[in-house]
Amino acid sequence: MDGGRDINPIPARPDEEQIPKVGVDSWVASHEGRVQRSRFLREFDRVPRPAFYAGFAVLAAILPALTSDEYIIRVGFDTLLYMLLALGLNIVVGYAGLLDLGYVAFYGFGAYGYAMLASPKFGLHWDTLAVIPVVMICSALLGFLVALPSRRLVGDYLAIVTLFFGQLFVTVYQNGNRISFLGITKGYDVTGGPNGIPNVDNWDLGGFKIGSVKGYYYAALIVFVLALACIYLIDTSRTGRAWKSLREDPLAAEMMGMPVNRLKLIAFAVGAAIAGLAGTLFAALNTAVFSADFDVPTLIIVYSMLILGGAGSIGGVILGALVVNVSLEVLRTPGHATWIFYVVLAATLLAKLRPWRVLAVVGAGTIGLGYAFHAIMSSAWPRSTRGTSTVGGWLGNGLDGWNLHPTNPMMIGNIAFVILVLAVLALTTLRGWSRWLAMIPTLYLAAFVWDNRLVVEPSITRLILIGVILIVLMNARPQGLLGTSRVEIV
Amino acid sequence: MNWNLFVTELVAGITHGSVYALIALGYSMVYGILKLLNFAHGDVYMVGAFIGYGLITVFGGAEALSINIVLLLVLMFVCAMLGGGLLGVMIERFAYRRLRAAPRIAPLITALGVSFFLENAAQLVLGAQFQSYNSFGWKGGELWTKGFTLPAQVHVGIAQVIVVVGAVVLMVFLTVFVQRTQTGKAMRATSFDREAAAMMGIDVDRVIVVTFFIGSALAGAAGVFNGIAYQQVWPYMGFQAGLFAFIAAVIGGIGNLPGAVLGGLTIGLAESFAIGYLSSTFQAAIVFAILIVVLIVRPSGLLGRAAVQKV
Repeated sequence: MDGGRDINPIPARPDEEQIPKVGVDSWVASHEGRVQRSRFLREFDRVPRPAFYAGFAVLAAILPALTSDEYIIRVGFDTLLYMLLALGLNIVVGYAGLLDLGYVAFYGFGAYGYAMLASPKFGLHWDTLAVIPVVMICSALLGFLVALPSRRLVGDYLAIVTLFFGQLFVTVYQNGNRISFLGITKGYDVTGGPNGIPNVDNWDLGGFKIGSVKGYYYAALIVFVLALACIYLIDTSRTGRAWKSLREDPLAAEMMGMPVNRLKLIAFAVGAAIAGLAGTLFAALNTAVFSADFDVPTLIIVYSMLILGGAGSIGGVILGALVVNVSLEVLRTPGHATWIFYVVLAATLLAKLRPWRVLAVVGAGTIGLGYAFHAIMSSAWPRSTRGTSTVGGWLGNGLDGWNLHPTNPMMIGNIAFVILVLAVLALTTLRGWSRWLAMIPTLYLAAFVWDNRLVVEPSITRLILIGVILIVLMNARPQGLLGTSRVEIV
Repeated sequence: MNWNLFVTELVAGITHGSVYALIALGYSMVYGILKLLNFAHGDVYMVGAFIGYGLITVFGGAEALSINIVLLLVLMFVCAMLGGGLLGVMIERFAYRRLRAAPRIAPLITALGVSFFLENAAQLVLGAQFQSYNSFGWKGGELWTKGFTLPAQVHVGIAQVIVVVGAVVLMVFLTVFVQRTQTGKAMRATSFDREAAAMMGIDVDRVIVVTFFIGSALAGAAGVFNGIAYQQVWPYMGFQAGLFAFIAAVIGGIGNLPGAVLGGLTIGLAESFAIGYLSSTFQAAIVFAILIVVLIVRPSGLLGRAAVQKV
């Protein structure tokens, strides 16, 4: 600071709690007090966090009472499972700031551990109350071992070691049906190889068996709430604060006498234990485990949940898992997916295009361009309009007159997809009116690609969207939806 | 001792190691300058491989090539290197540039996102199935039948010679470029200390773009080499190859170009001897073991110098 000038006194936020701010100096710590917020948000902030979590748990608990549809409850179970996974990852990535790319391997380890101890594979049928501690402790030990060789090294080495460990895990489990020692002994079947381990037992809690999807939903909810409570307590504990200081500045943390290496290893082990716990639930509900379920796509999905919600925030993790998993599920049905696409597109335009003149020009331009183009193409090349939209109702009818639906859109759709990617990239370099004008054909192209190509390949589209979410979020809002942005003094 | 098996695995290891070394060079260059693990690098390699495959298809397919093989090879390399290089520059410009000052974890996660996007976009556009260069069938297979014979009756096809010699030529060009040209000097300076380089009047943005272009062009060429020697291309081929190549870079000493080549050869040889003598499924475990041992014994890599961190 240049001592001469007076800095305006910082307006203290009336409701600001006197909590220790970790890893920041006084200017940064009081940053929140200087941010102008609406009255509503201020009141919102005043509600203690546990009240939100309790509210969420109550809402989640009454979901099965509202619907008898097994499918919806199943999606709810998957969402809770992802929340649990993201919660564990949040400890490693969000609190301790370590990039753990082998996280799903621990999830898989838990699932395989449960399947081996409670299935006809080895004739073992342990009580679940015994399996869970064994699996969690073993996962934690495995996490400890994986993190050990890279504990002194920078974060990037940890990332590469864990990523490779994750890959190795998948390979080993895929080929684990003929494990032999250096080719000398005969091959033993340990993991079932590509066939996985089938006929896994249901959860059996000391004689109380869980047999229905609804039962698993409640089991997942209870496990999740317990884990959430533990993590909330850790978060506000000495260890939690130490982790955050480690994330903010490892060097300063070490100078303050924190056992940096031990803290890293503990974070890793706790994350791994939670992933292992989630694995047991997964194995029991699916009654079978396959190594392909614990590969990179699952890892990226869990990461996108964490990043979307905001790493380091428990509420963010819940929100991120909910948004990502439910949208991925909705994308499976082409009819719903088209609705979601146009609603999200319209909402984004409404929220982001200011002033309203721009919105009017872009909106009217896109709609007008569509009808004009459709009219020209239907006379010039009739085949391009002969197909129909994947969605019915008035939206579908409207789209049929507006968007092109060629009868065999594979080839032209692929070309349009590549052009669309290039067009969006070009759009980010334009400024001012040229950007708004260029947006009109891009939007139309996006609608064309969506209707003809993306919506018919839901399993690939969801993964493409996950990739896009990660790139865009990191560039535009790295703190995620609920995280607070970092203020740094250079 | 079975010399035939030994020499066969040696040749296979050097061939595969050359491909890894080329990818590792790009990884190492980018890491040296930006301290960024560019996970998308492996996917640039995949795109290069597909550009080569596209050219084969354009010229009538493997069995009925309509042009001279030499001409085809030259075209494949030029297009794959240009395409890979441009892709790398675009990735840098649109995904990483804004994150230079961000916390370390942000560009890493972006790199994962880019890699995931490229893999799945390739799967959407090109299909998930395996495609084959089928270099055995080019003009009656002369790429594999011609060649020379090593001791212990091991036949080496021209295809393998092309891969090894081509990789060596590219590495020599790269070394000359980095050591002898003005831009190469700027690259070394930027890698040593970015801020100081900028203060000395080096256009750091331009250096980073050039680095991405060259590194990605090498990856594109590696894709074509891999296709010629090992035939198969598919959208997810880049992930594993990129991972192995990065490990090669780490083993050799990250940011160190001869180290990347040494690491690539180490990984290639370890992998092929593991396949020949131990088991064909657990070569990944062998590579992982090598990585762990190197990280414990020599954390800065075989040729890397221990970094002294000034606080």
